Amino acid sequence: MTKGRYGIHGGQYMPETLMNAVLELEAAYEKYKNDPEFKAELARLYREYANRPSLLYYAEKMTQDLGGAKIYLKREDLNHTGAHKINNVLGQILLAQKMGKKRVIAETGAGQHGVATATAAALMNMECVVYMGKEDCERQKLNVFRMELLGAKVVPVASGTGTLKDAVNEALRVWTERVEDTYYVLGSVMGPHPYPEIVRDFQKIIGEEIRAQMLEKEGRLPDVLIACVGGGSNAIGMFYDFIKKENVRLIGVEAAGLGVDNPKNAATIANGTLGIFHGMKSYFLQDKYGQIAPVYSISAGLDYPGIGPEHAYLHDIGRAEYVAATDREAVDAFSYLSKMEGIIPAIESAHALAYAMKLAPTLPKDKIIVVNISGRGDKDVAAIARYMGVDLYE
Amino acid sequence: MNRIAKAFAEKKKLFIGFITAGDPDLATTKELVLAMVKAGVGIVEFGIPFSDPVAEGEVIQRADLRALAAGTTTDKIFDLVAELRRETQVPLVFLTYANPIYAYGAERFFTRCEETGVDGVIVPDIPYEEREEMRPYSEPHQVALVPLIAPTSKDRIQKIAKIAQGYVYIVSSLGVTGVRNQITTDIGAIVEEVRKATSTPVAVGFGIATPEQANAMAKVSDGAIVGSAIVKLVEKYGKDAPHYVYDYVKSMVEAVERAAQK
Repeated sequence: MTKGRYGIHGGQYMPETLMNAVLELEAAYEKYKNDPEFKAELARLYREYANRPSLLYYAEKMTQDLGGAKIYLKREDLNHTGAHKINNVLGQILLAQKMGKKRVIAETGAGQHGVATATAAALMNMECVVYMGKEDCERQKLNVFRMELLGAKVVPVASGTGTLKDAVNEALRVWTERVEDTYYVLGSVMGPHPYPEIVRDFQKIIGEEIRAQMLEKEGRLPDVLIACVGGGSNAIGMFYDFIKKENVRLIGVEAAGLGVDNPKNAATIANGTLGIFHGMKSYFLQDKYGQIAPVYSISAGLDYPGIGPEHAYLHDIGRAEYVAATDREAVDAFSYLSKMEGIIPAIESAHALAYAMKLAPTLPKDKIIVVNISGRGDKDVAAIARYMGVDLYE
Repeated sequence: MNRIAKAFAEKKKLFIGFITAGDPDLATTKELVLAMVKAGVGIVEFGIPFSDPVAEGEVIQRADLRALAAGTTTDKIFDLVAELRRETQVPLVFLTYANPIYAYGAERFFTRCEETGVDGVIVPDIPYEEREEMRPYSEPHQVALVPLIAPTSKDRIQKIAKIAQGYVYIVSSLGVTGVRNQITTDIGAIVEEVRKATSTPVAVGFGIATPEQANAMAKVSDGAIVGSAIVKLVEKYGKDAPHYVYDYVKSMVEAVERAAQK
C-alpha cells in the first residue's frame, strides 16, 4: 500500500502534472507540522483572529424539551467567518506562506470554505481565486458577494451539476495550469494525500476543545458526538481526539436529500460503493460503470458524491456510525434550534441536529450528547425561505 | 512483437489520433477509426468517457458528456473493439480514468482488453506511486501501461521512463488537454532525459493541432498525439465527421512522416 492510507482508503491518485506539487506540499507539511514556531503562530491566529476556543454550550431548553440525554452544542458557528472552515484555512494559508506561495485557489460548496479562504488570503496579502458551482452560486449569492468584498475572484463552474464536485474538478484543472506559484487550499478531508491528513490535523482542535471543556463542565467525557458529513471535515475534527476513547459513540450524519431511497440524495455511506476519484480511494455515489452520480441535497456544503477516506475507514472498522437526514428533517431542525435556543444553525449542521433530536429522547437523562454546530445559518436564510414558500425581496 | 512496438519499428515516427468512444455514437466511432486508419494513423487512442475527466479541457469534457448521454458504456466499447479487430490491426490504446476501470474490476477490465485486442491503457489519475492499482492486472494480459510525463515531472522523469510500457506520453504543456497556439516547454530536453532511462518510444501530446506543430514535435520525438483538434471536428460535423477527420489526419500523418525523412 502507498502513502496516506486509512485501511484501504486514501492514496495519491493525481495527474502527473500535479504530483510534484503534492509531494512538495507533503514535504512542507512534514517540516512544519511539529515546528514550535509554526504551531505558536497558528495558535495565535486561532485565538486572536478566529475567536477560539469556540464555546461549548449546554442547550438546556432543548434538553428539557426533548426529555432525554443532555445536549451540548459545540459553537463553531461563532468562529470568525461563521464556520469551522477557518480552522483549516488558517493552517493551510500559513503553510502556503511558509512555502513561498503568493497565490491561492480553492473550491467551495456552500461558500463557507471560499469565504474563509478569501478572508485568510486578505489577511496574508495573497491573491485568491475561488471556484464555485454555478448552481451553488445561485443558492448562496450572499457568500459570493462576501468573497468578492474580501478581494477574491469567484469563478462560477457550469460543468456537470454545477455543484461542489464540479468546483473541485475545475480547481484541479486550473491548478495544473499554474502549479508553480499556486497553492490549492482544499476545504475538506478529501483529495490526495497529504490533504486528508492536513485538513484533519487543522480541524482536530474542535475535538480537543470539546474534551477539555467537557471535563471542566461535567468532569467526564461525553457519550455521543454528532456531526454532519459531506466530505467530512467538521466531523473528523470533532471525532479525531475521541477515536481511541471506545466508549464515546461517533455519529456522522449524511445528507439524504429527498430520502435515502430517492435518487436525489447525497448519502455516500448509505448508497455509495468503493471507487477512486478526486485523488483518493473511498466510497462514492456512482453507477456500475464508475460514472459519478449527480447528487442532491438542500445543503450545498453536503452536496458531494464522496466522503473523506478516514471516514470510509472508520465506517469499515465500525468505529463511527453513519446515518442520514433528509432535507425536510434538516429544515425542521433548522427552525427548531432557531426558536428553541435562539441559534440559527447552518443547514449543514442542521442535519446533525436533526439526528440528535431523534436520538436524545431515546437515551437516559444521564447521557451526554455533543452536536457540532459547524456553522451559522445566516447564509441559508434566503434558501430556507424559498423552501418554506416565503418570497423574500432582498 | 506486439502491435505498438511493431508500429513504431515500421514507421519510426507515428501520428497518434485520439477520439472519445461513443461520440456522437459508437457506429460513428467505428467509421472514425477506419477513416483514421485509411489516412495512415499510427495508433488510435480511445477515450472511455468519464463523467468527471479532470485532466481534460472543455472540448473533450463535452465529448465525454455527449458519449455518456448517447448511452456509451465500457461493455459496449469492448464490443466495438472486438468488431474493429476484424477489420484492422492498428494499435488501440484506451485513455480513461481510474474509476471506470476500478468499478469494472481491474482483473475483468484487462481480461476484456486482451480478449478484444486492446494494446495499451493510459490512466491520467494513476501516477507512478499508484501504479500497482493496475499493473498486477494489466501485465498478465499483455496490456501496456503507458505513463505520462509532464513539464513539472523533473526529477521524476527517469523513474517513470524506466517502467514505461508501450510508449512514453510526454505532456507538452501545463494545464489540461486542448488546442494551444504555441508550446513553450523544452520538449527536446525532456525527451533526452527519457531516452537516458529507456528505449521505449516517446510521443508528445496536449495542445497540438496544426501540421507545423505535429512536425516540430515529431522531429524531437517518435510521435505526435492529437486529441482535441480531432474531437472538435467530431463535435462540429457529428455523423459526417469521418470524411473531415480523414482529410485532417492525412495532413497530420504527412507532417509527422516528413519529420521521419530528415
